[in-house]
Amino acid sequence: MRSFAFVDLVSLVTAVQWTVLLVVLALVFGAPLGLALATARISRHAPLRWAASGIIQLIQGVPLLGLLFFFYFGMPVFLGLQVPALIAVTVAYTLYTAGFLGDIWRGSLQAVKQAQWEAGACLGLSLTQQFFHIIGPQALRMATPPTVGFLVQLIKGTSLASIVGFVELARAGQVTSAATFQPLLTYSVVAAIYFALCLPLTLWSRSLEARLNGAR
Amino acid sequence: MALVEIRDVYKKFGHVEVLKGVSLDVAEGEIVTIIGRSGSGKSTLLRCINALETIEGGEIRVEGRQIHAKMPDLRQFRQRVGIVFQAFNLFPHLNVERNVTLAPLLTGGIGKAEARALAEDVLTRVGLADKIDAWPEQLSGGQQQRVAIARCLAMKPHLMLFDEVTSALDPELVGEVLKVMEAMARQGMTMILVTHEMGFARNVANRIVFMHQGRVWEEGPPAELFAHPKTPELKSFIASVK
Ligand SMILES: Nc1ncnc2c1ncn2[C@@H]1O[C@H](COP(=O)(O)OP(=O)(O)O)[C@@H](O)[C@H]1O
Ligand SMILES: [Mg+2]
Repeated sequence: MRSFAFVDLVSLVTAVQWTVLLVVLALVFGAPLGLALATARISRHAPLRWAASGIIQLIQGVPLLGLLFFFYFGMPVFLGLQVPALIAVTVAYTLYTAGFLGDIWRGSLQAVKQAQWEAGACLGLSLTQQFFHIIGPQALRMATPPTVGFLVQLIKGTSLASIVGFVELARAGQVTSAATFQPLLTYSVVAAIYFALCLPLTLWSRSLEARLNGAR
Repeated sequence: MALVEIRDVYKKFGHVEVLKGVSLDVAEGEIVTIIGRSGSGKSTLLRCINALETIEGGEIRVEGRQIHAKMPDLRQFRQRVGIVFQAFNLFPHLNVERNVTLAPLLTGGIGKAEARALAEDVLTRVGLADKIDAWPEQLSGGQQQRVAIARCLAMKPHLMLFDEVTSALDPELVGEVLKVMEAMARQGMTMILVTHEMGFARNVANRIVFMHQGRVWEEGPPAELFAHPKTPELKSFIASVK
C-alpha cells in the first residue's frame, strides 16, 4: 500500500484522454448517423420513417451497458468476429449517440412549422435547399441545449466502458483506488475531472442559448 | 390564350370533394378576385394553381403548360408564380434582406454583389426600404406581409396569388398592404386573389368570381356582380359581408 501521490493524479489525468477519445469517436460516427436517422424520421417515405423510428426505439430501449456487452462479448460469439475492444466500444457508443441525437434532432426539425417548408417550396427551392437554409438553421437553435445536455450524459456514460475493461477515467480511478486504498480521495478527484469536462459545455450551452434568444 | 386556364378541376381531401369541376381563365394583366364563404374551396384552388395540391380531375395550364406536382421543372415554374398567404411565413432566422434574397441567390437568379441592390429595389416597391436590416420579429404584421410580398417580387413573378393576405392583420394595418397590391395591379401584374375586402375587390379587380360549395357559382365585372347578383347564394353572401 502507498498513499495517493502526484503520480496517481497524472495517471488519472492521462486516462482522461481515453474518455475524450471515446466521446470524440462517438460523436464523429454517431452525429452523422443521428442526422441521418432524424431526417429519415421526417421523410415522406413511410418505410424510411418506420425503420428510423424502430432503430431509435431499440437503441433508447436498451441500456447503454447492454449495448456495450452486446458488442464486446456478443459480436465474437454471434458473428465469430474477434474485434479489438476499442472498436466494440466505439460501435456501442456510436449507436447510443445516434439514437439519442437522432431523436433530439427529429424533435427540433418537427418543431419548425410546416409552413416554413412550404414557403421555401413556393419560392422554387429544392427540398435540400429548404432543409439546409430554412429548416436546419431554425432547428439548430432549438436543438442546441438538449444536444449539449446529451453530450454531458455521453461524457459521464463513457465510464461504463470500464466494465468491459477499457481503461478510461473511471477505470483508472478504480485502479488507483485499489493501489492507494484511498477511494474517497481518488473518486473525489475522478468526479472533479468529470465535472471539469462537463462544466464548460454546460456554460457554453447557456451562453449560446442566451445569444440565440437575445440578438437573434 | 389566357395566362391561366383552369378546366373542370376536381379535388378531394379523403372522401370530401372540395373542388367540383372548377373552370376559370385569367388573362395576362388581369386582376381576378375570388370571393365566397369559408370552406367554399378558394384556398384550395389557389394552392392547385401553384401545384401545392394535386388534382384528381381536369387540368390547369399556366402560360400554356400543364401544371402538376410531378412536372420536371416544377421549381422553375414556382419561381415565376408568387404566392402570399394569410400567415406571412417569413424566415425568422434571417433578416429582411436575407429573407428577400435567399431564393434568388440559391436559384441562381443573382450573384452576391447584386443581392443588396435587388433587396433595396423590391423593398422600395413595398415601402420598406428603411427596414432592410431589420428582423421579422421587429416588424408589425402589415410590414411583415409587405416583406412577404417583396420576397415574391424578388423572383420577378409573372403571376401573383394572394390568399386572404390581410385577414390576419389589425384593421389599421390592412390599408398599407392593399396599397402595395393596388400598385402592383397598376403596373400590370396578373393577380388572382382571395379576399374579404369587398371595397378592394370592387375597385381594383377586373372580374369577381364567387365560389360556392366547390364550384364557380357566378362571375362577372365587379359593378355588375355586386349590383345585380343572379343567384340567391351570392345575394345572401353580399348581404352578409356588407
Ligand atoms: N389539407 C386539407 N385536408 C383536408 N381537408 C382540407 C384541407 N384543406 C382544406 N380542406 C377542406 O376543404 C374545404 C375547402 O377549404 P378551403 O379551400 O380552405 O376553403 P376556403 O379557402 O374557401 O375557406 C374545407 O371544407 C376544408 O376543411
Ligand atoms: Mg381559405
